[in-house]
Amino acid sequence: MVLSLEHFLVLSAFLFCVGLYGALAKRNAVAIMMAIELMCNAVTVAFVAFARYADPAALAGQVFAVFIITVAAAEVALALAIVLALYRLRRTINVEDIDLLRW
Amino acid sequence: MNDFFLLAAFFLVGGLTLLSAVLVVTVPKIVHSALFLALSFVGVAALFVLLYAEFVAAVQVLIYAGAVVVLMLFAIMLTQGSQTPQSNLPNRQWVLALGVAGALFIVLIAVVYGTAWPISTSPLPAYTTQALGQQLFTTYVLPFEIASVLLLVAMVGAIIIARED
Repeated sequence: MVLSLEHFLVLSAFLFCVGLYGALAKRNAVAIMMAIELMCNAVTVAFVAFARYADPAALAGQVFAVFIITVAAAEVALALAIVLALYRLRRTINVEDIDLLRW
Repeated sequence: MNDFFLLAAFFLVGGLTLLSAVLVVTVPKIVHSALFLALSFVGVAALFVLLYAEFVAAVQVLIYAGAVVVLMLFAIMLTQGSQTPQSNLPNRQWVLALGVAGALFIVLIAVVYGTAWPISTSPLPAYTTQALGQQLFTTYVLPFEIASVLLLVAMVGAIIIARED
């Protein structure tokens, strides 16, 4: 058995599903952000695996990976700023308690 | 022999990454979750090294394990999420979420093993970092510049949203 594309894609799929479970099943808003970062990482692994096995001349998957990391970092910063502002307003980050559209 | 070592390294590093990812979403204390998340980021960086993407691996450690996890720890500390003894509990719909994630995993496995992936036979560049840099500054220079504007906007936006007023 040689290390091939399918190995990395199965790992990426499992990581993505673990992140999906975390994003759907957690109460703490920061825990949901952590699960979303796991999903972004899973997609990045898939992109880089495709760059290695299907497109080694142009390395487009690695370019995508750099952009995914950039955008995900910016998104985490903004999402955590929103969580902080929400905590100041409602004194909780339990997403089950933040269920009214206006305060 | 080289194939065996690559496979062994993949299973070791991949197993560590998946185990720490599962622990991120299951442990009841959120600070422990953040630390397991850092471990899974480092595991993913090791996977990038296995895929001959050394620059992406370095960026992964720098930005994800270095900055994103620290940012999350700051957010945990500032929102006092760690004061309660069980700060990372599942909500009312966790069984449904497990079902959905499991169903998606089965569908993805079926697609992975059911598709004839176009594996290329052309060789990898000798220095992938150099090739990545060339691509980033010639073919992809416009998204590169837009990404820097996006980072500026995100920074200004985060400061304004999180500001005390």
